[in-house]
Amino acid sequence: MRNIWTIAMREFKVYFTSPIAYIVLAMFSVVFGYFFTSGLAFFMDYSASVQAQGGAGAPPLNVNQFVIEPSLGNMSIVLLFLMPMITMRLFAEEQRSGTIELLLTSPLQDYHIICGKWLGALLLYACLLLVAVLNISVLFLYTTPDWKPLLVSLFGLLLMGGSMIAIGTFISTLTRNQIVAGALTFGVLLLLWVLNWISSYETSTFSRLCEYLAISPHFEQFSRGVVELKDLLYYISAISLGLFLSKRSLEALRWKA
Amino acid sequence: MIQVEGVTKRYGPKTAVSNISFEVERGEIVGFLGPNGAGKTTTMRILTGFLPPTQGTASVAGFDVGKSPIEVKRRIGYLPESPPLYPEMEVGDYLRFVAAIKRIPKKEIPRRVDAVLERTATGAVRDLLVGKLSKGYRQRVGLAQALIHGPEVLVLDEPTSGLDPKQIIEVRGLIRSLAGEHTILLSTHILPEVAGTCGRVIIINEGRIEASDTPENLTSQLQGANSLLLDIDGPVEEVRERLELDLAVRKVVEHEARDGRMVWRVEADKDENLTRRLAEAVVTSGWGLYEMQSLGLSLEDIFLKLTSDESAAVQAEEEMPEPEAAESDTSAGEGSESGEGEDE
Repeated sequence: MRNIWTIAMREFKVYFTSPIAYIVLAMFSVVFGYFFTSGLAFFMDYSASVQAQGGAGAPPLNVNQFVIEPSLGNMSIVLLFLMPMITMRLFAEEQRSGTIELLLTSPLQDYHIICGKWLGALLLYACLLLVAVLNISVLFLYTTPDWKPLLVSLFGLLLMGGSMIAIGTFISTLTRNQIVAGALTFGVLLLLWVLNWISSYETSTFSRLCEYLAISPHFEQFSRGVVELKDLLYYISAISLGLFLSKRSLEALRWKA
Repeated sequence: MIQVEGVTKRYGPKTAVSNISFEVERGEIVGFLGPNGAGKTTTMRILTGFLPPTQGTASVAGFDVGKSPIEVKRRIGYLPESPPLYPEMEVGDYLRFVAAIKRIPKKEIPRRVDAVLERTATGAVRDLLVGKLSKGYRQRVGLAQALIHGPEVLVLDEPTSGLDPKQIIEVRGLIRSLAGEHTILLSTHILPEVAGTCGRVIIINEGRIEASDTPENLTSQLQGANSLLLDIDGPVEEVRERLELDLAVRKVVEHEARDGRMVWRVEADKDENLTRRLAEAVVTSGWGLYEMQSLGLSLEDIFLKLTSDESAAVQAEEEMPEPEAAESDTSAGEGSESGEGEDE
């Protein structure tokens, strides 16, 4: 465990000694801030008109449903672009610079290295979530959103992000070129993102399969504050598969090195 | 301490190392000598557990590299050809990180870091980013990294490549000072390095071990013939006849004309009294002897002799045009190695 943590902390710090963390955080803050502000503006406008029509007796609109849910839902689109930036360097950089030789000749198990790197990236991603929470917490100053579904969606986002990072980690082991790793990761994530689109026009087994494999639909329940076993299983399997493939790829690296 | 038995490594159809076996005793400094692409790096990578061998076994300190890699890795300090440094880290942080992944107890880390910084004379750059270091410092930080867990065995892959002469002397001195505490296997294609630092030399070429002995023994064993350079002032034909008279002399060659005299190269069997006899012969004939120089076979000659069999000669035309250049110019050498796919 200490080994994993050592690797994770190094990865996490490297993000902050290089421009990556700042660029990712800045981009995320701006884009998420925009989503959130526009969501809020819509909510204010809409609730004002509802009040005007229904009078003072109408039940107040749910802030969770109208502001938090959509902005967190949209946030995952931003991740599509930011995640490759976070994961592309994980192994590609080490392979290019030869530092992978240090890790692979140290008394570490392969899973220490892989889990450590995955965790390091996940920590940076957690910082992004923190920015989102910071935005949302403004709501608590003026109204009383339900915090429980918010927590559940954050948990879901962490799982979804973890899956994306695991996929990115695996792809990063495949090449020594960061750009290639980043582009491939983006392509794969985008495909997983739109995979469920086909199911709106077709109902074959294939399209049902596609819907299950798509990454975003599994977050829908989380964003409403509902934890479903199938969604939980999906993300956990995605993370395990990504890390497992990374391990196999790292072993293959030794054979072909 | 290090045992390698019948190790073969193939990359697809290409055989990088072919059935090599050798042993290194505790406390020895062994030099691994060979041209670029000979299989030095591959052998070292197998020993350090970075690469699995296709066939054969290797063990370090009694632990099999394949069966108990973690135990082996704990006991080996490895400096790859290009030091595995993270440019965005500070030297001190980097060494603390390495100490942690080498499984040094947390409490002991600061002490170990201080110790290796002092040992490798890198204390002055402790707070600098690794990426800002000069090549010499990078190499030393690389060494510090290999030393930090006090390994029994040090494996150094071309530890002086790319350094300037002053830095080379410093690094060699550092390596010599490590002898005794550590068993050291170092590779190089620079011959004086081996002669100056190593107790034993293993010459490897095309993935095979060509010879393994002390630098002195290798020199005398392969010497057999002794060459002398004689600068003699006298009539050319008479001098030749007189020189050829000596029983030990095998061949007399006109080497070069110098200031109206002739410089001769004499090849002879090994004979302790040869120089005395030849000097006497010249003087009694009434000629002038301006210079007499013994051209002992250097390690370079041995190296070239051992590594330039027919197959090497054929290959030399295609891919290794600069065995001599490689010795003096390491950067040119590195270029040819990448062509071999060894550091891919």
